[in-house]
Amino acid sequence: MALRWAMKALGPKTALVAPASCLNVVVGLWPKTAPNFPFINMAFAAAAAAASGISAAFKAKDSKFPGKVWGKMTSLVFAGDGGTTDIGIQGLSGAAERNSDILYVCYDNEAYMNTGIQRSSSTPHGARTTTTPFGKQRFKKNLPAIVAAHNVPYVDTCCISYPIDLYEKFKKAKEIKGFRYIHILAPCPPGWGFASEDTVKMGKMAVETGFWILYEVENGEFKLSKPSKKYLDPSKRRPIQEYLEIQKRFNTLSEVGLVKWQENIKNAWKYIELELELKEKKE
Amino acid sequence: MSQKEQEIKFISGNVAAAYAARSAKVQVISAYPITPQTTVVEKLSDFVDSGDMPAQYIKVESEHSVMAALVGASIAGTRTFSATAGQGLLYMSEMVHWAAGTRLPIVMTIASRGIAPPWNIWADFTDVISQRDAGWLISFASSHQEIYDSVLMAYKICENEEVLLPMFIAYGGFVLSHTSKPVIIEPDNKLEKFLPPLPDEKGWPHIFIDPERPMMHGNLIMPSGFYYEFRMKIHDEMMKSTHIIKQVALEFEKIFGRSYGNGLIQEYKMDDAEVALINIGGLALQAEQAVDELRQEGYKVGSVKLRHFRPFPIDEIINIAKKVDVIGVVDRDTAFGSPTGGAVSSECKSALHNTGIDTIILPIITGIGGREVSVEQQKEEFKILMILEETGELPKDMIHGTLWDGVLEVK
Amino acid sequence: MWKIIAESKDKRPKLQNYKNWNELPPIPISFPCYGSMGETGDWRVFRPVIDKKKCTKCGFCWMYCPEGVIQKSEDGFFTIDYVYCKGCGICAKECPVKAIEMKRESEFE
Repeated sequence: MALRWAMKALGPKTALVAPASCLNVVVGLWPKTAPNFPFINMAFAAAAAAASGISAAFKAKDSKFPGKVWGKMTSLVFAGDGGTTDIGIQGLSGAAERNSDILYVCYDNEAYMNTGIQRSSSTPHGARTTTTPFGKQRFKKNLPAIVAAHNVPYVDTCCISYPIDLYEKFKKAKEIKGFRYIHILAPCPPGWGFASEDTVKMGKMAVETGFWILYEVENGEFKLSKPSKKYLDPSKRRPIQEYLEIQKRFNTLSEVGLVKWQENIKNAWKYIELELELKEKKE
Repeated sequence: MSQKEQEIKFISGNVAAAYAARSAKVQVISAYPITPQTTVVEKLSDFVDSGDMPAQYIKVESEHSVMAALVGASIAGTRTFSATAGQGLLYMSEMVHWAAGTRLPIVMTIASRGIAPPWNIWADFTDVISQRDAGWLISFASSHQEIYDSVLMAYKICENEEVLLPMFIAYGGFVLSHTSKPVIIEPDNKLEKFLPPLPDEKGWPHIFIDPERPMMHGNLIMPSGFYYEFRMKIHDEMMKSTHIIKQVALEFEKIFGRSYGNGLIQEYKMDDAEVALINIGGLALQAEQAVDELRQEGYKVGSVKLRHFRPFPIDEIINIAKKVDVIGVVDRDTAFGSPTGGAVSSECKSALHNTGIDTIILPIITGIGGREVSVEQQKEEFKILMILEETGELPKDMIHGTLWDGVLEVK
Repeated sequence: MWKIIAESKDKRPKLQNYKNWNELPPIPISFPCYGSMGETGDWRVFRPVIDKKKCTKCGFCWMYCPEGVIQKSEDGFFTIDYVYCKGCGICAKECPVKAIEMKRESEFE
């Protein structure tokens, strides 16, 4: 779903680099393939660097053959959470620091789903995976904040349950030059333990409980996205238990774990309130 | 800025590699500094930032990303170049295999250094040899001019439609990388006659990024699919590339006047030699001096410079074996666990299998970790070969079937 | 054959058929075509059926379909391509007026 709406926004003048992830199998086996735009499969840790190389090559071609399509191509990376938060973080950080002209998208299903649900740094506390059979002890890595700390032109978070919001963010990102990062929450029915028809409902609940916050950071300026705005008020947020109960992977979550979840959500929103206050003071 | 006239510059091997990249009009460079290759990176930075070279320079954050960026840039249809050494080459090993599997004409110079632990930054070819089965052509340079020339020849060989494989050009770290000698830098008008043109808008014939012709590379292929055959093609085309390497060497000689044997090997005073020594890299040049000095003393010896380790020049080695009774093959690398010496001597030995030729091949390993190999030492090696030829007596201090020459003995 | 494929999009044959390794291109390239994983409609257990009487043409089903098999037809209603629909059930869940029902595939055989 994320890929479908992202490509609607970006159009055919895109070159996509996909490291090892669920996407590799979704697109089909040789000699057939699904995407109708140039698509390069790449080794696990190499996506960001390969995309940097492609965008440099586009620049070189644009200076050699000016006025053609090369100046308008978007170099896109569509990586999973494993290839971004764990093995790919070196490439990601390097590309962000260089302000490489690429659009990096992380579609986060909160584990290494392609190889059968192993835990990644993006797996939240208490979740059961094949490598954390009694629930993960550590917390979810806050990658959008890490990338925003690199002072890049554009960072934002999205969710597949809000496709119009996702579409608009991609359209905006397309026009910006420099390193852009988009983090999409993508619920996974077999991995998280819910029926496939509830996928969109899952994503909506993640936002409605305040766990997944939709925001943009453009040139250091923080902006809360429309679907998340009303959850600034804690009374409007749905209790996190509802989100955790319907997913089988949180079966072993203890009371202490639940309290930690609630605290984390409260702290995250406090941080956002501070950011918005700072922004108002500047204005 | 272009090179209007031929210039002779007094530069180090590393800087010669940078000049070669500039002469070849490389479009995308991606590099990460590592001793002893740092001056390549620095000189290229100098060229690009001063406007002397219109290339895109991606200053990546690790060697793995170096190769990943080059793979990306090459797929998009540009001429690429990079340089690395020892540990860096090992770090990018995954992507080295990826580049060969994608058949991209990338050229990379390696200022070979010893493999850690313990830390060692001096000449030792184990790093390149460890990548011998990746699918890259491997060539060794023995002089500063040869580094410059090999890079130019490399682009002509690799971008040939029948080859389309990447190439390493290895030379000894610090021995060639940091010492300076006069190097002839060729002018653009001569280079245009020799080098292939830069890839046009359409990119390479087999892989491209073009929204008008969308394609995907790297899908999953089941074992019942053509995976086996695709890998076999890499081997097939590399073996066939020997005749293109020879062609290019001849053409180079015609246009620039410098000869490199037949491209794959370079023989020195082999016509009436009774024993021969095969060397790789800088030691080969030094061996020629040893041959001269021994010939003055009346010995009939010859030396062979092995220029290309991959593809392995099996016909040339067989021809040499027909001329002499004893060949010493000197490896400046280790191949742990192999009873037939380093990588080069193992391949030479297997080349002679089943040919009916009974030439003795003596595996020699020397100079590991940059230990100095003097002319005297090489003359001693020749003398050992001559004793072997006359009496059939192997040297006394062989260890597990190999002569480890130059091992320290504290008395 | 692979050189023709590489040359332009229009000249591509429907499928790449190689008889032996000599004909292969240097690298495995795939180009886009319909049904790259086969006719995934076979994977279905439940089939979504749109009730046109209840449908308000809001387009939510089209928006949320992960595969893009729901298309708008000329009369403004939406049709589902059953050759590729995998039967995930998201369209039925998200329809605001509950105009889509997931019926067992066995009813249609």
